[in-house]
Amino acid sequence: MVSGLINANPIIYEKKERRTRTAPTALQDDNYLENKRNLDNYNCNIFLTFSHHIRDIKDPEHPYSLEELKVITEEAVEVDDQRNYVRITFTPTVEHCSMATIIGLCLRVKLMRSLPARYKVDIRVAPGSHATEAAVNKQLNDKERVAAALENPNLLDMVDECLAPSFY
Amino acid sequence: MELKEIQRLEGHTDRVWSLDWNPATGHAGIPLVFASCSGDKTVRIWEQNLSSGLWACKAVLEETHTRTVRSCAWSPSGKLLATGSFDATTAIWENVGGDFECVSTLEGHENEVKSVCWNASGTLLATCSRDKSVWIWEVLPGNEFECVSVLQGHAQDVKMVKWHPTEDILFSCSYDNNIKVWADEGDSDDWQCVQTLGEPNNGHTSTVWALSFNASGDKMVSCSDDLTVKVWGTENIGIQSGGGFAPWRHLCTLTGYHDRTIFSVHWSREGIFASGAADDAIRLFVDDNESQVGGPLYKLLLKKEKAHDMDVNFVQWSPGEKPVLASASDDGTIKVWELIS
Repeated sequence: MVSGLINANPIIYEKKERRTRTAPTALQDDNYLENKRNLDNYNCNIFLTFSHHIRDIKDPEHPYSLEELKVITEEAVEVDDQRNYVRITFTPTVEHCSMATIIGLCLRVKLMRSLPARYKVDIRVAPGSHATEAAVNKQLNDKERVAAALENPNLLDMVDECLAPSFY
Repeated sequence: MELKEIQRLEGHTDRVWSLDWNPATGHAGIPLVFASCSGDKTVRIWEQNLSSGLWACKAVLEETHTRTVRSCAWSPSGKLLATGSFDATTAIWENVGGDFECVSTLEGHENEVKSVCWNASGTLLATCSRDKSVWIWEVLPGNEFECVSVLQGHAQDVKMVKWHPTEDILFSCSYDNNIKVWADEGDSDDWQCVQTLGEPNNGHTSTVWALSFNASGDKMVSCSDDLTVKVWGTENIGIQSGGGFAPWRHLCTLTGYHDRTIFSVHWSREGIFASGAADDAIRLFVDDNESQVGGPLYKLLLKKEKAHDMDVNFVQWSPGEKPVLASASDDGTIKVWELIS
């Protein structure tokens, strides 16, 4: 294993216990019932399950999950059900990680496959966590580039392999 | 003013990226026709029924492109349709007695073709790609196409190419945030970049997705991932007799209207320009006659929220007599709208 791994010796963190997340704040205020009526059931289910599954995505070059590498933490996923908006901020393990765009692509595909279509999704690397932060963010949020990448069978295979542990 | 939905067209099985009205239709009793292209790798031809006023799919052009069809454009005569695909090719289709036949395939780009456009006389076709280049093809007899120039100059993918409506001047916009203007100043297939509209001259600060010209061709509107729409103008259209190029300059920036990427703009003959954006909305802007000195020259005429269930990728006014707009979306549908006063 003296191969060209970008980060050959990553730090592995403990997996967090799976617990049912509390409802979004929008559901806890005084308009709870009214808000709840406005949300379809699918909405709530999504909120309760998907952030669990995102952290189970496998790193492209290690047998560990994004959670174990602290690429994704609980705080990394922000959901605004009212605005149908999701923002994910992930932290590549090393500043020069060339896998950052693949990880971002995995996150985007995961959300495309799990979220109702009306959701708008922004994905970015944590500020200061990557040497070419602006370039990575721009690429991950250009839907034409994402669409073209997903028509590349090699890239799609790589993404599917990383996503496999997140579907169960 | 109201933008009224006339029809919602289903048929594509993936996102609809673009569409183009056939410029030879919509007058003299010829029913309006447009083509649409999609991530489902097909092109669909839609024709209006003159008695019902509604559109129906007349043909599906498939099994030629092997990946997403990103762009489509009718020649000025309306006889040929060019389609650009992520499969790196451009196909030329001819309408033979109602059937569309692929009569030519243009190869050369290294990867995804993102946009295709014919010049005003139909003698030249421009294509652009993720390979950062813009190609100019000359149309020869017998459906032959010869590449006469490969324009390098953009630092990143070229998102769209657009010919000036009357002059043989080509405009390209890119992921590198710039709009470039290309002209053949020596009239010898010696195409050069004659102007770059970028951040130093009040240009965009992120990907420029599209641009469109007004009817007289002395103004241009561009839209971007930087959430602004910019209007540009020129004093003299085209190359002056002395051989000098009349440069374009920034006239105004419309900011604060859009909250997500703006993918498309199109200027109507009546002077109304429409924008389509990733916030699912369509907006219409007009000249602001009461604009203060130094203020924006255009104002929002109306905003159609939730025009589609997902991103609006493309908007284009029809060539017909009524103010009819078509829009294409990630939701897989096309909608036809009429602007009613």
